[in-house]
Amino acid sequence: MVERRGARLEVRGLAKTFPGDGVPVVALERADLVAAPGEFVVVIGPSGCGKSTLFHILAGLTQPSAGEVRFDGQIVENRLGACAFMPQRDGLLPWRRTIDNVTVGLELSGMRRAAARERARPLLARFGLAGFEDAWPWQLSGGMRQRAAFLRTVLLGKPAMLLDEPFGALDGITRAQLQEWLLDVWGEVGSTVLLITHDVAEAVFLADRVYVMTPRPGRVAAVIEIELPRPRTLAIEESAQFGAYEARLRELLREHAWAGGDAQPSSSGSSGSALHSVSEPS
Amino acid sequence: MKNTQFRGVRDLRRDEAGAASRAPAARWRRLAHDIWPPALAFAAVIGVWDFASQVLVSKANTLPGSSFTGPLPGPWLVVRSTWNDRSNLWPAMWTTIREVVFGVLIAVVIAVLLAIAIDWSRSFRRSIYPLMVVSQTMPIIALAPLVVIWFGFGTEPKIALIALFTFFAIAVGLVQGLASSDPDAMDLLRTMGASRLQLLLRVRLPSALPQFFTGLKVSITFSFVSAILAEYVGATQGLGVYMQTNYRGFRNDLVFGAVIVTALLTLLLFGLVVALERLSMPWRRPAQTDTRW
Repeated sequence: MVERRGARLEVRGLAKTFPGDGVPVVALERADLVAAPGEFVVVIGPSGCGKSTLFHILAGLTQPSAGEVRFDGQIVENRLGACAFMPQRDGLLPWRRTIDNVTVGLELSGMRRAAARERARPLLARFGLAGFEDAWPWQLSGGMRQRAAFLRTVLLGKPAMLLDEPFGALDGITRAQLQEWLLDVWGEVGSTVLLITHDVAEAVFLADRVYVMTPRPGRVAAVIEIELPRPRTLAIEESAQFGAYEARLRELLREHAWAGGDAQPSSSGSSGSALHSVSEPS
Repeated sequence: MKNTQFRGVRDLRRDEAGAASRAPAARWRRLAHDIWPPALAFAAVIGVWDFASQVLVSKANTLPGSSFTGPLPGPWLVVRSTWNDRSNLWPAMWTTIREVVFGVLIAVVIAVLLAIAIDWSRSFRRSIYPLMVVSQTMPIIALAPLVVIWFGFGTEPKIALIALFTFFAIAVGLVQGLASSDPDAMDLLRTMGASRLQLLLRVRLPSALPQFFTGLKVSITFSFVSAILAEYVGATQGLGVYMQTNYRGFRNDLVFGAVIVTALLTLLLFGLVVALERLSMPWRRPAQTDTRW
């Protein structure tokens, strides 16, 4: 575990309950999470495990029911604008050309359009968007849209980036290329990254540390440090070490999916908590 | 799954290439292909009209030695008489065009302000939306004479009436459009620290543009009718006055002419709005913009 002092991002006992239809819905029961400066942290879990809720709280879109979020040791109440958030769908605005889509955050922070474009232009080639700066979003391929969305995120210049399933909608080939490319760019940018996925291989390939979340109610069930050497290329996926990490993650997910999935939403109060106490990290 | 995705992209490329290399001859052929059905329908209507006026009511149309025309003048007579009467028609036309243009412009301004206010505040929405609906339940036929009594025979009361009866469709369209903004895009810009005003300007208003234009097109189609009704009740100039005068003078050919002119003017204004719509939303993919009749 990383020292509390040096953490860029620290989450303690984070919980979120939504006032559902009569019965309150527990989206997040308790989440603890730490990311050191420059670290690549991956959150993995099946759908309904509260990972999107966790990100929405970190991005400032939702306030937690309990728990605290610290940036560089400071509790931050209003987190809007504190992190760079990349949503699940690319979030490109249809009425903005590529160049204006990637600079939208700079413009919002008061930068002149011309200055914002000047800052973005030299980066277009690195993000595989050279020659497409004046294209409308519908003219871009799925991979290009994700790279444009990522460039928009990087240009915000925040110390931490939250990437919510950035490759979820892509085909396998494009996804593999983008994972490798993402690690390269991350190495150059040096930013702290938090990434959500439900792809086990993606988690092992990208992460310094993986948080495994379980559903109903959402909580962090396990933490695994991935000690594979960097820089990594896709070839590393063939190594025995990689396979071992993958197997361990799959096992954890299967075990907890069984426990969580078996419990009915109505009875999650008794049987659910009994099952979860077995795997409680402390 | 993957296959269909790739096919989509390839089709798109082919379409683009096709559009660029399409020969002028092919384009003309396509245009001709597009034009002949409406042209044929139009010709059929004219033909039936001509036939009816000549055969069915021809006796009633012959009043030798007078300029009076019967109840159903034929198309050629209408065109000829209207052209000959153009010195009277022009000023009437211009008066009505002016009223409609100003009326619709004012309607747009009012609709935009109202829609933004309704979108901004829930309590404003609750208080103003019912009033907006009530404003549309007033029959123009009952309201127009009152407006003449209050404000006189000038053009300003007509402009006000046109604005009153055209703002609603624009406002409703715009409110709907603003509400249909992508919540994910809103969330994304909020995480970038966007203020409510920035969200309105950069997400909500652009996403509402298509529905704004839909509302505007609906308004345009009855803007001229509203103007003519308002003029009918009491005015000194305009197409409504022109129709009324010629109706009283048994010049049905000129009444028909004014009706046709009104239709053509409405079509022209509609076409202008469609052109404006395309110009203001260059980001839409061609398939979305391509509205053929």
